[in-house]
Amino acid sequence: MSIARSTPALYRPAMKIHEYQARQILSDAGVPVPPAEVVRTPDEAAAAFKLFSSPMCVVKAQVYAGGRGKAGFVKLVKSADEARDAAKFMLTHRMISNQTGPEGVPVSVLIVAPGVDIAKEYYLGMTIDRARNTVTLIASAEGGVEIEEVAAKSPEKVLKLPLHPLMGLQGYQAREVAYQLGFKDKLAAEAAKVMMGLSKAFLKTDASLAEINPLVITNDGKLLAIDAKFNFDDNALFRHKDIIAMEDESQEKPLDVRAKKANLNYIALDGTIGCLVNGAGLALATMDIIKLHGAEPANFLDVGGSVTADGAIEAFRIILSDPKVKGILVNIFGGIAKCDLIAEALVKAGREVGFKLPVVVRLEGTNVDKAREILKGAKAELPTLQTATDLTDAAKKVTAAVAA
Amino acid sequence: MSILVNRETKVICQGITGTAGAFHTKACLEYGTKMVGGVTPGKGGTKDANGLPVFNTVHEAVKATGANATMIFVPPPFAADGIMEAADAGIAVICAITEGIPVLDMVKVKAFLAGKPGVTLVGPNCPGVITPGECKIGIMPGYIHTPRKDAKTGKSVGIISRSGTLTYEAVWQCSTRGIGQTTCVGIGGDPIKGVNFIEVLDLFSKDPETDGIILIGEIGGTDEEKAAAFVKQNVKKPVVAFIAGRTAPPGRRMGHAGAIISGGEGSADSKIDALRGAGIGVADSPATIGAEMARALKIAV
Repeated sequence: MSIARSTPALYRPAMKIHEYQARQILSDAGVPVPPAEVVRTPDEAAAAFKLFSSPMCVVKAQVYAGGRGKAGFVKLVKSADEARDAAKFMLTHRMISNQTGPEGVPVSVLIVAPGVDIAKEYYLGMTIDRARNTVTLIASAEGGVEIEEVAAKSPEKVLKLPLHPLMGLQGYQAREVAYQLGFKDKLAAEAAKVMMGLSKAFLKTDASLAEINPLVITNDGKLLAIDAKFNFDDNALFRHKDIIAMEDESQEKPLDVRAKKANLNYIALDGTIGCLVNGAGLALATMDIIKLHGAEPANFLDVGGSVTADGAIEAFRIILSDPKVKGILVNIFGGIAKCDLIAEALVKAGREVGFKLPVVVRLEGTNVDKAREILKGAKAELPTLQTATDLTDAAKKVTAAVAA
Repeated sequence: MSILVNRETKVICQGITGTAGAFHTKACLEYGTKMVGGVTPGKGGTKDANGLPVFNTVHEAVKATGANATMIFVPPPFAADGIMEAADAGIAVICAITEGIPVLDMVKVKAFLAGKPGVTLVGPNCPGVITPGECKIGIMPGYIHTPRKDAKTGKSVGIISRSGTLTYEAVWQCSTRGIGQTTCVGIGGDPIKGVNFIEVLDLFSKDPETDGIILIGEIGGTDEEKAAAFVKQNVKKPVVAFIAGRTAPPGRRMGHAGAIISGGEGSADSKIDALRGAGIGVADSPATIGAEMARALKIAV
């Protein structure tokens, strides 16, 4: 089972944070998190090892992408020198995993934490259940592993509890889940407290996903949240300046960062035809029709309804800065977005960068007549520009132009 | 007949003095919608650029104008509040156009609306609702639509869509083929929203003037799968669908919890299989939705 396949994530990106920041949010909400030092140099890593006076520590690279362990960016170390060496390696290499692409991601922050003797691992998570219109707590006594595999193989081992939309998780519910997970005595009360903390942190930060995986019982009977992950609802970031401040742009692709700043919903893909479209659904459909006509889209790009002229010009710049792009398809069905604004941006962008590639434009909707006039007037300036009468015509023209 | 709105519907605009609210209030008036006023807190007692009265609250607006529908252009931080205000004032059809409302705000709105059975929320993050020739509430370009009485084929369809601009695409393809539209409803692309496919399918299914139904979905969630099951059980009219995102590569990972909730469903293939299994014709290309509908209605090309 692939989660990627089952999420509408193409057009609802979620802001991420690092593990050390997620640990802080949980700790602030009263969840017991083991001590760790956040370090940025090999010497700081060595000093952190000495500080803990533990026979063994773990050095973990702080990156948004998963697959750290297999990539060698989570390392057990037994001395200050080993900690220094591990840190040096991680801070001077980009981490490449199955989630990063071949270029990898840079590492500039690490955590050093004393080793924990784990007796048992659990999973706790919270997310929005769109079918039930509410927040749901997810819990399993099979933690520390790929929880979606547990859910696929033995769904009875994963508890799902839809919460009251206004009240959130209640104490009795948390206790019930704790007992169902097999916690006993004092630990059951502590596990319930962890769930209450997770729920509090989720609601307080407008998270879209919050996970503690694993939550562990140590050999000396303590309950600890070892690894944590938070994603946030982008729509709610306006009321969380503290969370926006946590964002690490070095973890995103440079073009993605530029697109975000211009309020564009952009995702780079592998094909040759750049797409500029308004509306996520139409943008997806435009990719579909390019493929139906035998070519591949170079990107998903939804300029949104309230796109400005500057935003539209930046959209053209972003598409053109992808060296794979051999042609551009502009598909605008104006509603709240106005066709004339896109046409003006197209002309301006053409003047600025000079379109050497074929550009096929299909416009319909709000202010389309004005837009057609603008494009007509600029014909001499934009010799590679063709207009299309409908979606099929546009797809045919752009795929033919790129193949030529 | 039509569903949800018609020429008698009295509409206000919440956020009427903002840029988008003002622009689209004018466009709706020009289309022939019975716009009766607007709401902007702090600007009550004034008139908008079209001479419509502006009120401080929805309650005042309803009392003075008898409005029974609203279109909301209130900015995202205050939009959920605006929806609840409209529902509390007794507005029957609330079209929330605003894009970018926090998900947890919509969780609260849904709980609030559970206690208001007479209220239909459309959206948020949607184009709105239009009954061509009678009433346009929202941002859709009016000229692409064809009223039922002007349909050259004598047939008219209802359209339901999660995507705004793809709705326009489907409307335009019908209009250019002489197929009219009874009503078009953009239900919006947000994970937590007002009416869903099933409620609108039910309304169209019971509307004697709606000859067929077009359903436009996209990847993610399981709403299309549920709609397919509903159609199989309850809808006797021809239904045609399109699912956007068939060729989309796997999206960005949202982590484990999202997958456990939505299970293996939500891919374009899963949706298309479910729809076809329910006897619904699914267009392979976004450019052939109108042609597919014409075929289902047995209209000679």
